[in-house]
Parts: sequence; C-alpha cells; structure tokens
Amino acid sequence: MMARGLGIAVVVAAVAVLPLAAGPYPVKLVQEILIWGIFAMSLDLLMGYAGMVSFGHSAFFGIGAYTAALLLSKWPGLLAALAAPALAAAVGALAIGFLSTRVGGVYFIMLTLAFSQMFFALTFQNAFLGAEDGITSVPRPTLFGLPLTSLGAFHVYLIVIVGAAAFLLHRVVRSPFGHVLRGIHDNEERMQAVGYAIRRYKLLAFVIAGTVAGVAGSLYTQFVGSISPDAFLWTTSGEALLMVIIGGTGTLNGAWLGAAAFILLQSLVSSYTERWMLILGFTFVLFVLFAPGGIVGALRGRVGVHS
Amino acid sequence: MTSALLSIEALTRNFGALSALAGVSLALEARERRAVIGPNGAGKTTLFNVITGQLPPSGGRIVFDGHPIAGLPPHAVAQRGVSRSFQRTNLFPRLTVLENLRLAAAAGEGGSYDLLGRVERVTAPLAVARETASAVGLADRIGETVGRLSYGEQRQLEVGVALATRPKLLLLDEPTAGMSPEETQRMTRMLEGLPREVTLLIIEHDMDVVGSLADRVTVLHYGQVLTEGTFDEVKQDPRVYEVYLGTE
Repeated sequence: MMARGLGIAVVVAAVAVLPLAAGPYPVKLVQEILIWGIFAMSLDLLMGYAGMVSFGHSAFFGIGAYTAALLLSKWPGLLAALAAPALAAAVGALAIGFLSTRVGGVYFIMLTLAFSQMFFALTFQNAFLGAEDGITSVPRPTLFGLPLTSLGAFHVYLIVIVGAAAFLLHRVVRSPFGHVLRGIHDNEERMQAVGYAIRRYKLLAFVIAGTVAGVAGSLYTQFVGSISPDAFLWTTSGEALLMVIIGGTGTLNGAWLGAAAFILLQSLVSSYTERWMLILGFTFVLFVLFAPGGIVGALRGRVGVHS
Repeated sequence: MTSALLSIEALTRNFGALSALAGVSLALEARERRAVIGPNGAGKTTLFNVITGQLPPSGGRIVFDGHPIAGLPPHAVAQRGVSRSFQRTNLFPRLTVLENLRLAAAAGEGGSYDLLGRVERVTAPLAVARETASAVGLADRIGETVGRLSYGEQRQLEVGVALATRPKLLLLDEPTAGMSPEETQRMTRMLEGLPREVTLLIIEHDMDVVGSLADRVTVLHYGQVLTEGTFDEVKQDPRVYEVYLGTE
C-alpha cells in the first residue's frame, strides 16, 4: 500500500515536471495521453465496473468539446472551460442514458452508437457550429489573470483537472455505489431480487461517465485550439474502447497505459508508414488473444509469479 | 381469522395455452413456516416467480403486509420485505462471500447511492453480512470468491443472500436441491435455527426436511391447491399419494 502510494507520487511528479526537462513535442504527447486517458477511464467505469459496453461515448466527449469551443471565445474562464462542458455532457448523458439503459447487451451498444452518430450528423450540417469544419481558433482559458497559453501553465492546469477527475472515478468505484455496479455486472437478476432498482444505478453510472467524458472533450478543444464533428464520430468511441481493453478493463489506471500505448504507437509508427492503423489492429488482436487482461492484467500476472 | 402476512387469492398465470397457476389461493400467518410440495410442473416455482415479481400474474390478488404487491417489479417486492432464494444457484460469482452478503444487506439499508464513501467504512451492512455468514455456516469462508466454494457452500450462500436483506417473508426454492444427505441435514438444521420472526415459505422435495421444518404444508397439483394441512394430515391424504405416484 505504501509502495503503491509512493509509485503513484513518483509518476505524478515525473509527469508534472516534464516541461522543465523536455521539449514541446514530448510534453504535448503526454498531454494528449492525459486527455485521452481520462476519457478512456470514464468509459472503463461503464465497461469494467457496471458491465455496460457503450459504443457512443464520443457523444459526451463531443458535447463537452463543442460547449467549450462555443463559450471560450466569449468567456475565457473556468465556467466555460470546465463547469459548462461538464454540465452539458451530464444533461446529454441523462437523456441518452434514460433511453439506452432500458435495454441491455447488443441493443445498448447499438443505441448508444446511434445517438452519437446523430450528434455527428447534427454538427456536420449545422452552420452555427461551423458545419464540417467545426469551430477553429478557440482561445485557451485565463485563470487568475494568467492565460494558459504557455506549455508549462497549460500542463499544470491539465494535471490538476485530469488528476481530480481520476481521483473522483477511483473514489466512485470503491464506494458503496461502486460496489452496487460490480453486483450489477455480475448478476442483474439477483440484484433486483434483493431490492436494487438497477436501472437507476446504471443511469447514474452513465451520467458520471458522460460528465467526465465531457470534461475530457473540453480539455481536448483547449489542447488543440479547435474542434470538428469528427469528435462525435464512432471512431472516437472505438479508440477509447481500444485503450480500455489494451490497458486492462476494470482497472481504471489501465486507461493511462492504454492511451499511452495507443498514442505513442500512433505517433511513432505514423512517422514511418501511413499504415499505422494496420499495426494498431494487429497489436489489438495480439492483446485480445494473449493478454485479455490488458497491460495491467499482464503486469499483475508477472507480479503474481514473483511473489 | 387473523390477518395474514401474505394472502394470495385466485392467482393465475398462463404461458400461452398452459395454465401454470390456475387459481391458487393461500394465506400465510406471520411467523408461520409453510412448505409447498407437489410433483414437477405443479407450478411451485411459477408461484414464487409471480409473488416476487419475476413474472407478472395473469390474474388474481397478492396482498403482503396489508399492501397489494401483484405485478410490482422484483426490487419493489424485495424492498417491502419479501426475499427469495433460487432453485439454481444465483449468486455474484466474481465477488467474495462477504461481498455477496454485503450487497444484499445494503439493499435494504439505503446509502447505496453513496458515491464517495468507502465500502469498508459503511459498517451497518457489513455487520449484517458477517452475522448472516455465521447464521448460514460460512463464517470461516467470508474471504473466498463464490467460484472457490463447494456446491453445498454455494447453496448455503444462496440462502444467506436471501436472508441478508432481513426479510419479513423468506421464500426458499428447494434449498437442498442437489445436496448430499449430510449437506441436506446441515441445511435443515440451519433453517430450523432461523429466527421465528422470519416467516418461511419453502418449496421442498425432501419429505424429511418438510416434516421437520414446516408447520403446515400446501400441496400444489396442476396449478391448483390440492390440499392443505399439517404434515401428518397431508401425509395421510390418499389424493397426495395419487398425484405423486399416479393412479392405477
């Protein structure tokens, strides 16, 4: 337990001081990993804990991203950068979740996918939202009179928000509510038989995951400085799904490793060949076949052998 | 007649053309231990499924503790104090014995929408879970996951999960199904040791278990109540032999 806490502290410290030691390129890679990592982690709450495989998580990433893009140019503060995107994504997740949690399994996957694609179609054709080009030149927020334009300032800001969101998700899975989610994952029928109104629990999990995804989307807009309808596309959901599985489903922290593997592979391989998706696909197949527990599962297996 | 804890009137349930329950009426006093017996296909498990809301009834009334419960969803029936065990073991396979029992205990305690607390610091359901583990003879197995329990232990936990909700009425669907004679004896002793406050409705095929446990016995046949009485009365009823052994 001590060693674990120390390990986490070392990793967080290393990530935090990175801009002092490294150039802009690796720092930006790490920032991208942080944003995608927290997005994937929010999906893991649904997949790994509640057993709800959503293929439409991009809907909330996109809602958060567009809300931030619309508001930041007028009000470049925390309200536009954080509160409003989170709230908008929560409302979206409440509506979509209310309808989707009525069904299970493959129908849940298809419904969530359909809703996210509807958002894609909507933004793609909406002139106010910049149609297919999206919204560009979104300014970064200004905090305490300090615009977060520099690499270092944005880095610290990112670590604080992503860290808080990750802490929240960790608390949730260890809470009595998180325990209920694990029960639902294991046996819905028995959960109902002992007295749980399981749809409400699933809906609440969906809203929590959607809210965090909205924050991730907002951070992504701030990171890139623009957003396009592609944020809503099913590939955004699919990439988060791959990150969760590669990192280790039901581990939360596996999402960081999955996001890191995905993004490093993408940036390394794509500088040599256009066919990086082929290599990613192959990696994914290898993982599913030989390390179904993901990176975390493989690491734990290794630790188990030694102890 | 005193007011019954559970009163069922003219309950029917059809599956297409088949009448699994063809007008069942029965009344259960508080603190009573009632066995439901009958040949396979008599409608015993269907009766349980309809009482606990797993299946909606086709007709009839179910009144529990003064409130109609027919057609309510399972969780709502459970929250009113009706709990059941299943004929086929129906647990949380990846969780430990203690976690299985804790989930059941917390269902009635509220506080399960607690998002930021720690499971291990919410002590009330944990205390009920430990108490229940002792009651069903699993006190020394609380850290094991369900998959590592023997079949007999899983059946004990099956009853434990139903019991941990602290029900007023406990429905047990063949708790000794598939058990060895020794395991059956242990289960019977355990059920005899349950507090009298828990009213019991039990489906059972083992007549020794029925004889030692039940105050009264209801015999179901083709979805109807064939007869009802004490174990000795029912045992001497020639019609009961007929439905079990067939007529010449």
